[in-house]
Amino acid sequence: MSTATLNAAEHQASGRAAAWLKRLPLLPALIFMIIVTQLPFVATLVISFIHWNALYPNDVTFTWFDNYAQVFTDAQFWSSALTTVLMTVIVVLVSLVIGLIIAVLLDRSFRGRAIVRTIMIAPFLIVPIAAALVWKHAIFNPSYGLLNGILTWIWGLFGQAAAAPQPDWVSSQPLMAVCAALIWQWTPFMMLILLAGLQGRPLDVIEAARIDGASTWQIFRFMTLPHLRPYLELSALLGCIYIVQNFDAVFTITSGGLGTANLPYTIYQTFFEAHDYGQASAEGVVVVIASMAIAILVLRTVSSLLREEKR
Amino acid sequence: MPTMKRKHLRAVAGLAVATATLVALAGCSGAGGSGGSGGSADGSGSTIRVLMVNNPQMVDLQKLTNDNFTKKTGIKVKYTVLPEDSLRAKASQEFSAQAGQYDVATISNYEVPFYSTNGWLLSLSDNVAKDSKFDQSDILKPIQDALTGSDGKVYAEPFYGESSMLYYRKDVFAKQGLTMPANPTWAQVADLAKKLNDVEPGMAGICLRGQPGWGQNIAPLTTVVNTMGGTWFDKNWNAEVDKDGFATAANFYVNLVKNYGEKGAAQAGYTECLNDLTQGKAAMWYDATAAAGSLEASDSPVAGKIGYAAAPVDKTKNSGWLYSWAWGIEKASKNATAAEKFIEWASGPDYAKQAAKAYGWAQVPPGTRTSLYENADYQKSAAAFYKQVENAIKSADPENPGVQKRPAPGIQFVAIPEFANLGTDASQQISDAIAGKTTVDAALKSIQTEAQKVGDTYKKKQK
Amino acid sequence: MSAPTIPAPTASVAPARRARVGKRRTSEAARKQRRRNSLLALLAWVIGLIFVAPIVWMVLTSLHSEANAATNPPSLFAPLTLQSYANFFGSASGASPWPPLINSAIISVLATLVVLVLSIPAAYSLSIRPVRKWSDAMFFFLTTKMLPMVAGLLPIYLIAKALGMLDTLGLMIILYSAMNLPIAIWMMRSFLAEIPVELVEAASVDGASLLLTFRRIILPLASPGIVATSLICFIFSWNELLFANVLTSTSSYTAPVFLTSFVTSEGLFLSKVCAASIVISLPVLIAGFAAQDKLVQGLSLGAVK
Repeated sequence: MSTATLNAAEHQASGRAAAWLKRLPLLPALIFMIIVTQLPFVATLVISFIHWNALYPNDVTFTWFDNYAQVFTDAQFWSSALTTVLMTVIVVLVSLVIGLIIAVLLDRSFRGRAIVRTIMIAPFLIVPIAAALVWKHAIFNPSYGLLNGILTWIWGLFGQAAAAPQPDWVSSQPLMAVCAALIWQWTPFMMLILLAGLQGRPLDVIEAARIDGASTWQIFRFMTLPHLRPYLELSALLGCIYIVQNFDAVFTITSGGLGTANLPYTIYQTFFEAHDYGQASAEGVVVVIASMAIAILVLRTVSSLLREEKR
Repeated sequence: MPTMKRKHLRAVAGLAVATATLVALAGCSGAGGSGGSGGSADGSGSTIRVLMVNNPQMVDLQKLTNDNFTKKTGIKVKYTVLPEDSLRAKASQEFSAQAGQYDVATISNYEVPFYSTNGWLLSLSDNVAKDSKFDQSDILKPIQDALTGSDGKVYAEPFYGESSMLYYRKDVFAKQGLTMPANPTWAQVADLAKKLNDVEPGMAGICLRGQPGWGQNIAPLTTVVNTMGGTWFDKNWNAEVDKDGFATAANFYVNLVKNYGEKGAAQAGYTECLNDLTQGKAAMWYDATAAAGSLEASDSPVAGKIGYAAAPVDKTKNSGWLYSWAWGIEKASKNATAAEKFIEWASGPDYAKQAAKAYGWAQVPPGTRTSLYENADYQKSAAAFYKQVENAIKSADPENPGVQKRPAPGIQFVAIPEFANLGTDASQQISDAIAGKTTVDAALKSIQTEAQKVGDTYKKKQK
Repeated sequence: MSAPTIPAPTASVAPARRARVGKRRTSEAARKQRRRNSLLALLAWVIGLIFVAPIVWMVLTSLHSEANAATNPPSLFAPLTLQSYANFFGSASGASPWPPLINSAIISVLATLVVLVLSIPAAYSLSIRPVRKWSDAMFFFLTTKMLPMVAGLLPIYLIAKALGMLDTLGLMIILYSAMNLPIAIWMMRSFLAEIPVELVEAASVDGASLLLTFRRIILPLASPGIVATSLICFIFSWNELLFANVLTSTSSYTAPVFLTSFVTSEGLFLSKVCAASIVISLPVLIAGFAAQDKLVQGLSLGAVK
């Protein structure tokens, strides 16, 4: 593809050539992304109009909007949409708040600051599937997981080991269990961005405000937070992008059970377990359109991250 | 300016070419080596790719392959080992697309009926089953029947077979002055569970699967449904999930495990239950016969303390399920000859001896051949349970497991492709009910709707 | 795991100033301030330790025997053993972890290279010599990142099957490149936007070729950005499970896929899973720790430029 675009560009020796030349370095990436991300979507769109279950190879017909009708009337699909929203909002908000607290704490100098920062980053650097496996089996497991082990140990200090409560974390709070593992992984990510933001604050202005008698809270509220705004937006945006798409944690910790199936998992299930290619594609199209709408809304209006005048 | 343009272009072209080269370089296959390759006519020199479930016996097989198979036949074997749920998803994707990524896969008596109808499996009747050394007649009858397609041809050979039975702690029973009937009813078992609950610290009365997955909680639950007079579908494909038999059984099952079951029941599957019984956290356990070997293993803390009873019943004479992990060859395989050789070894009569030599008789895959149950060494090592297992398998009848006629075979499942999805949805609802997030009635109502949708598609086809 | 020294110039200036200010206050206030500081330091330590606890537990579990790993209450002081690691590296299971680890390494490194080769010129077009309406192009790239990847899974599977690309490293490299390209372009654009345009223009006026300008001026100035971008691409490529799970089989399966096979249906596996998890996370941990300040810079620049 690269030589093709090259030749095309060379032939256009007209006045528009300069403009094209300027675009040229952009083209490989653009064409690559169109081929790899947009073409499959066209295929998804086509398949979404076909009644096609791989388990019935002889029964493939064109059905117009049947698949969509099924998607829209599928209560499970809607509940997984709700789960996705809930999970994303909870994880992003909580990790932002904890991340901000830690970033503020780490922005001051104290003994072992470098060590604390290093160990705070570590959860982000554990492979997500590994983290999910460890949370499920080594931490949440009601018989031999760390949480209940600690409870037994604490009660044991008072000679009451047998009476220790042994809650079943995943069954009693499935969504929270998945969220906890995700928050653990994503807080460091938020912290990293916010910490960079804090360190870029104009310190002399803050110092001046302090001498003028501003309280720590006032400084935080009226100087630090506004300064952090783009950083908060950036971390929230990146967090949302990755958590909306989360698959590993749901797949591993609950296998989509107990009302924790999110959209990626539901589509995976329709495609990979029910083998209903038509419906899986329809689900995909609906989700793509919805996320496009939300993304455009967010990027165009709320976020200040993409403003032309910045350059 | 023109020279500038030229240079600009060249830089971009350079980058683009570099990208293309990189991708082309990587276009070959990975560190796992190249895919299946043809060898000579007898298959030697070729490589076959096998997709299998990660049960311990399969892992043993993997370790025995080089010395006992590759060295003799010259056929190399590459395995992908996955947990059951992932394996099923991968296998059905692979077979339905006839993607040719694998030559052999572990499939079960659930898949064989419709995989064979769809023409995704290579028939084994003409080669493997006719091989006198392989001795097809030695395979246990119910297992062989379950792996035969509707055209009467054999489509898979069993690696192991299992039914279900009730495990209980003999020592705990004795201490409490309780006895287990040889053929217990579910009412008796519920009564025992009540009496045994918490007799020792942290000990549940009974352990039952609650984990979502149609192969998890739906398997034992469906056997209870069968024996309590319920069914998923009547013979005309009417869903019967919210009807009496099914509802009684589901309420019974959920209440039993809620009241006297293990900790974390809603997420406990076969593995968790096995651990619970091994660690002394349950007094009884109703599950697959395959667990007996692990419970009696030399390093098991409960070895020698386990009693074995038939699957509990209610309205039927027996209720144990029938399950077999078996080897099937993908129709699109380009290495059929080598794949057949592999099956002749892995399901063959000598494999048990090779496995026994390496790991002891207790770890031999059970439930496939009459000769294993007649083997004196095996009888000695599995003295505690081999009879119970053999009887359970022999008495299982997938064609007629309940009190009414069924539209499709299967004991703990309905052998139709939709059941994987239907059962998975249902299993999540049942798991929710066990966790107390919904009621059994609400769960059944929603499962009934889904089941009827499936039933309707078959009604249409019947017309 | 020694803590790398982190140059944090701006932050280290702050306490010095605070200290100077403090001197002017009464000693009572200074003591109060000190106590508050040490309390906040303690809080930072507590939160840090809570966050690292699962990893410590994971390491400890991996060093215990399976039986000691599954006790309640936990046997913290059980004898340590490397048995689980020995098992992982093949002596006890039939499968060697090396092929998936090597596959993951090849895929992640090459995908990162492809991303760099595509993103740097693109970022150049979006910052140093921006095309008209560059933000529309950036917007397009960012929206592709917001597309649920799973929606493309089925067509990609079918296309890959038709092209005979199932279970090849090349397919995974292409997909992971596409997965990371939008973020990479965004990050690279931020870094290139930092470079004064005058510098680049001066070079071209002096007759330096584009390639020379690129090598002499742009590359050195953008190198921290390149490191940060590479690191992010590497981490996300190494971590990916969904696509690898569906699209690879015996030849090019990756480390995360391999890890899923560790939950056996029978017997205890806790220690083994922990050992495997640690080994598989190790490359990312090492890369991440080695370049953590670059990571901070790279992630945050999108916010300011």
